Amino acid sequence: MMASPAGHLPTRAGIGLKPEHFRDIIDTTPDIGFFEIHAENYMVAGGPFHHYLELIRPRYPLSIHGVGLSIGGEDDLDAAHLDRLALLLARYQPESFSEHLAWSSHGGAYYSDLLPVPYTAATLHRVCAHIDQVQTRLRRTILLENPATYVEFASSTLAETEFLDEVIRRTGCGLLLDVNNVYVSCVNHGRDPLATLHAMPLSAVRQIHLAGFAEAMDDIGSRLLIDSHGAPVADPVWELYAVALALTGAQPTLLERDNDIPPLSVLLAEASLAEQRLRQRCAVSPAPTFARAA
Amino acid sequence: MQAEFSAALLDPAAPHPADILICGGADPAHRFGIYRNNVIVALIDALADSYPVVGSLVGEAFFRAMAREFCRQHPPRSPVMAEYGGDFAAFIDGFPPAGSLPYLGDVARLEWQRVVSWHAADAVSLTAEDIFHLVDDPVALMRTRWEFDTSLALVTSPFAIVSLWAAHQKESAEAIDGALTDIDWGQPESALVLRQGLEVMIMRLTPAEAIFITELRAGCTLAEAVLAAQGASPRFDLTLTFALLLRSGALLEYSIAD
Repeated sequence: MMASPAGHLPTRAGIGLKPEHFRDIIDTTPDIGFFEIHAENYMVAGGPFHHYLELIRPRYPLSIHGVGLSIGGEDDLDAAHLDRLALLLARYQPESFSEHLAWSSHGGAYYSDLLPVPYTAATLHRVCAHIDQVQTRLRRTILLENPATYVEFASSTLAETEFLDEVIRRTGCGLLLDVNNVYVSCVNHGRDPLATLHAMPLSAVRQIHLAGFAEAMDDIGSRLLIDSHGAPVADPVWELYAVALALTGAQPTLLERDNDIPPLSVLLAEASLAEQRLRQRCAVSPAPTFARAA
Repeated sequence: MQAEFSAALLDPAAPHPADILICGGADPAHRFGIYRNNVIVALIDALADSYPVVGSLVGEAFFRAMAREFCRQHPPRSPVMAEYGGDFAAFIDGFPPAGSLPYLGDVARLEWQRVVSWHAADAVSLTAEDIFHLVDDPVALMRTRWEFDTSLALVTSPFAIVSLWAAHQKESAEAIDGALTDIDWGQPESALVLRQGLEVMIMRLTPAEAIFITELRAGCTLAEAVLAAQGASPRFDLTLTFALLLRSGALLEYSIAD
């Protein structure tokens, strides 16, 4: 294994930890850079989830990925949820914690999806206040993930890349660059993925996500991509990933698969494809530093 | 904006938020429909995971239609999805299209308890060795009060819920159908639900056993619980029932009443 500084994920590929694979992982101790869990799945008192995570955690670096903080929400953050999160992080001491630029709760109801925000000054103010609150409560810097979206808003006054850049500048959080989300959103909104990637605040990238999408069709017959996490990474996303690595240097890279979960060996094989690209990147040159866009 | 957006997520008749803009001329309502679909499918799938036997009893199409109604009326109140769906049984009780299956709500109660027990706090159970000395002191033994594992619960029904549940654990559709034809679903049954190690067990209890455990959990002494159980059935077997509790790791602690 590559050495990693304490408190950071190694610059290797990781995969999501799935209950279907718990036994397999303990029996075979596969060579993988890290595991990732969704925080909310482990917000239970006891039972098999904690049993297996307690066994697996000491053997691997861990990324905890939240899906329920609703950082983009108009409501105040759910203080009880933030407390549960702090408890989980204290218990498992993950090398990384990340959340989404999205909302999922409103008026006390939780919608179990990552919903889009308009990129306005008001949203910016609210998102930054929420991230400040989270980072203060958790006493750590978090990573914020760029979203996959299916709609945009007439009220938006900033580009997504400008919005993210401003959030990072104001809060000091890092960027979790989801390359699949860049591709999906660009196709859905008629933008150029490469230009969008270049416009991202790349010097703040601390982790990369890769996933597969599902193909659908718009009512006018044009291509519409759904961020399904239910398929292998698509070729154009691998190509975009290679460009991203050239721009950011090697980054811990998660292969996401949350639906139609294949056997562990299939996920490990896909992770090794990412590792090949990471090794190529490491062999070429150190990461260039980028001046942040003004 | 989010009030309008979230209201439209669960109400297919509501218009999509006015602020939505799609470049290239695609229909905003179609795009908004992706979120609508993502949300309702995620919620229905969560219920389907928690209630496989209810799903099997009514068939997938009926289950998903019933779950859709429930999810629209009762969206989750927390991002912890393991907690979602506890009031599905009460909804089923009041759902007229399911009226021909009067046991369905209680089967749902049993399945929900299974989920709750699955995630209950871990604890170290008493073993036979821990209480060996009590066997030699029957007077003290009868004055004991017991603390139970938090994963333990009883589900009692006027219907044969344990038999119905057990029939659905069989491997093939033929075996399930065969087991179901032998069930008199109007027979009252009580279930003991308990996590043992990493597995949740569901066991059928006699009415006397159910009373015994209910009394003990309510803080009665062993003598009081035995008396209540014998009131229900003179054939109540303390040794057998107590051995079952001990063997299955149901007991955490005891105290001896003055």
